[in-house]
Amino acid sequence: MAEGIKNKVAIIGMGCTKFGELWDKGSEDLMVDAFKEAIDDAGIEKKDIQAAWLGSHFEEQNIGKGATALAQALKLQFIPVTRTENFCASGSEALRGACYAVASGACDIALALGVEKLKDTGYGGLPGSPNLMGTKNRLIGANMTAPGAFAMLATRYFAQYGLSPEEGKTMLAKVSAKSHHNGALNPKAHLRREVSVEQIMNAPIVAWPLGLFDCCGVSDGSAAAIVTRADMAKKFRADPVYVKALQIAVSSGEELMYTDWDGAHVETTVRAAARAYEEAGIKNPREEISMAEVHDCFSITEAVTMEDLQFSPRGKVKEDIDAGRFNLDGEQPIQTDGGLKCFGHPIGASGLRMMYEMYKQLQGKAGERQVKDPKFGVTHNLGGFPAMNVISMFIVGL
Amino acid sequence: MPGITLYGAYVPQYRISRNTIFSAVGFLGTFPSPGEKAVANYDEDTVSMAVAAAIDCLNGMEREKIEGLYLGTTTPPYAVRQNSGIIAGALDLQPNIRTADFVGCTKSGTGALLSAFDAVKGGETSNVLVCASDYRIAKPGGALEHLYGDGAAALLLGNDDVIATLEGHYSVSYDFPDRWRANTEKFEHAWEDRFIRDAGYTKMIPEAIFGLLKKYDLKIQDFAKIVYPCLYPREHAAIAKRLGADPSQIQESTLPSVGDTGSASPLMMLVAALEEAKPGDKIIVASYGSGSDAIFFQVTEKIDKVRDGRGAKKYLALKKELSSYEKYLAFRNVTSMDTGMRGEENAATSMSLLFRERKTVLSLCGSICKRCGTPQYPSQRICVKPDCGAVDEMEDYRFSDKKGVLFTYTGDNLAASIDPPAMYGLVDFEGGGRFWFDLTDCSLDSLKVGMPVKMTFRRKYVDEPRGVHSYFWKATPLSA
Repeated sequence: MAEGIKNKVAIIGMGCTKFGELWDKGSEDLMVDAFKEAIDDAGIEKKDIQAAWLGSHFEEQNIGKGATALAQALKLQFIPVTRTENFCASGSEALRGACYAVASGACDIALALGVEKLKDTGYGGLPGSPNLMGTKNRLIGANMTAPGAFAMLATRYFAQYGLSPEEGKTMLAKVSAKSHHNGALNPKAHLRREVSVEQIMNAPIVAWPLGLFDCCGVSDGSAAAIVTRADMAKKFRADPVYVKALQIAVSSGEELMYTDWDGAHVETTVRAAARAYEEAGIKNPREEISMAEVHDCFSITEAVTMEDLQFSPRGKVKEDIDAGRFNLDGEQPIQTDGGLKCFGHPIGASGLRMMYEMYKQLQGKAGERQVKDPKFGVTHNLGGFPAMNVISMFIVGL
Repeated sequence: MPGITLYGAYVPQYRISRNTIFSAVGFLGTFPSPGEKAVANYDEDTVSMAVAAAIDCLNGMEREKIEGLYLGTTTPPYAVRQNSGIIAGALDLQPNIRTADFVGCTKSGTGALLSAFDAVKGGETSNVLVCASDYRIAKPGGALEHLYGDGAAALLLGNDDVIATLEGHYSVSYDFPDRWRANTEKFEHAWEDRFIRDAGYTKMIPEAIFGLLKKYDLKIQDFAKIVYPCLYPREHAAIAKRLGADPSQIQESTLPSVGDTGSASPLMMLVAALEEAKPGDKIIVASYGSGSDAIFFQVTEKIDKVRDGRGAKKYLALKKELSSYEKYLAFRNVTSMDTGMRGEENAATSMSLLFRERKTVLSLCGSICKRCGTPQYPSQRICVKPDCGAVDEMEDYRFSDKKGVLFTYTGDNLAASIDPPAMYGLVDFEGGGRFWFDLTDCSLDSLKVGMPVKMTFRRKYVDEPRGVHSYFWKATPLSA
């Protein structure tokens, strides 16, 4: 009988670089910077690491295929190193590998590191990649970008729940304004200025109905975690953070090719969240989950995720947004570090950056952005498009 | 007696006014002229327009019964890779058929028509589809730019349920170099207009028609409609006089409304004539280009059975103005436009993949699960329905002729496009099935969740360095 991962794994060290347009840092620099902070934080030596997982998505302009890039940059001495890739959930996938390695008893201490160097593309936005969804898709896929794919989620959400474009865009603007406020308080964030709802509403349209401020930053960065078995954690520090649940769900193709999906929610999130709450023993997510870092690649994704994670009732997230529930000083703070929106989204690093924030918050080290007495934090990391994706969800606590 | 059993046509949505052209490039010395001409969208070409005309024509006909497809054009996208083969794929025709491209002059359409007639006449082959289509690029600033338009026509030739019997024909063929274009060139050259009018149109069209009248012992007065194209309105009328015909017998030229559509012209005009014809009418159609083919038809009482909206007339109501001359040039790749570095991303096309997936890509064929009856696109081996999951219990299922509903959409300013925003959405098909598709022939503010759509065959991308024109289906709003 499978037992799940609750209280079997502890995070004992984490590192995260500044995210941004880092013209003077390559992938190797970023990996070393994140690693140094993590090792320092864990109080261990490099030789203590027995296995490593590397998360990165666009290998074409970054680190290349395989896992050797991490082993070489860090000079890991002939240990198992694996590259994971699952679109924007690649970072969480790396953490998952490290967690299961120690939970299974295969090793005592493992490293998970995510890195992405997006600003060598040469133009704004993500690289074009006509073969991103496979070579058959080159012939039959729509001329889609990430903003466009998620814009379709917004179009459908507005239509389904009777929001006019004005009402819908205002709701989304509040989501982004909140994240900008948090990002402004975070020295490591890519985007660090307050933006008003009005500015957001008047911004140029990227993919209708999403405007410039509905879309997350395109950034370079790296983040890393060092994990160990829960029963060894206290040897390293007094305040390790424990993994309470770890669930992944991947689209079966039915959202895209079958006609049941309503287009206004993300089914993988719903399923993974339900399993994660069961694994962690959470009965009322809205009341029990203190805070979360979710995949706000676009403002609509965050809004819909609040419903998919059972924080808001289905179709009613607008009420919670209007009430300020998810603000830093609200009942259930979301994106306390600025999120993908403002901290930035170096794809392979994001899942680990989310965990970095939950880790610091639980340890009381979030400074101006500290959430009061957090008990449980959620990271929600989505890779792909609303109709074809993977989500990776962690619940952590003390 | 064999003849035409079904007809169809296609006129692209955009019109550019001759005034717009003149305002932009009239400084070079052309004369202003009235009217407008049809302009293909950025994602259309000879092949895609031929498919559209063929679909109009084949409405109600089982595709499996088509035994041949001939294309007549002066503007084939490929010099090597049979263009009629691509059209046959798009129409999901059987592989065991005859296909041929007729190229080289603007009488290629009637040339294809006569060969199709020869094929069905003996009874060996039944149901041969003739497509005539031209996408005519003229050098900016010249007279031809005002006159050349884009369009297509399609005629099904057969022996059963004939609506217009092909009673006779007479051809003249000359190496008449009024216009020419070598294989490596983009634009046509033309000799002096006087030469073309005097030695060409006004001589050769009457020569072919008089030859026909003499051969079958007929008089010009016997004909309800006389159909022929002409680039010069005055000469169009002069030919009528020379034939001894009354102006009321002359089929209206498409020049003022659509332009001269090359190989498609005489057949588009014939289709327009058939749309109004009565049983018993005799119709002559004469093409022009390196000579002339004159063909005479007799309309039967079966014509009343195909009054179902097929043909060229409906496109008049659907037209939209293209008010920008610069866009017109950009769409036709006459000038090189900067679509940014994102526009330079250009993955190779795998030809072995394209061939293996030809039903998926060209025919828009998916599969239907025999166990639960769920249509799905693209074809699956394992059923997509959550509680079915049957393995290898599928049958082919054609989506190209299914209507759908726009489930959601966006207009994307980030995606590389010659005509931003790039519009695309999820389409739910009538009867089942759902997939992502680009949207075309629409504006962003005309789109609504839940609006009805149909599928249209378009050129999806051009890979210039590798010489690949890749086709696929897009969704477009169903006109009311």
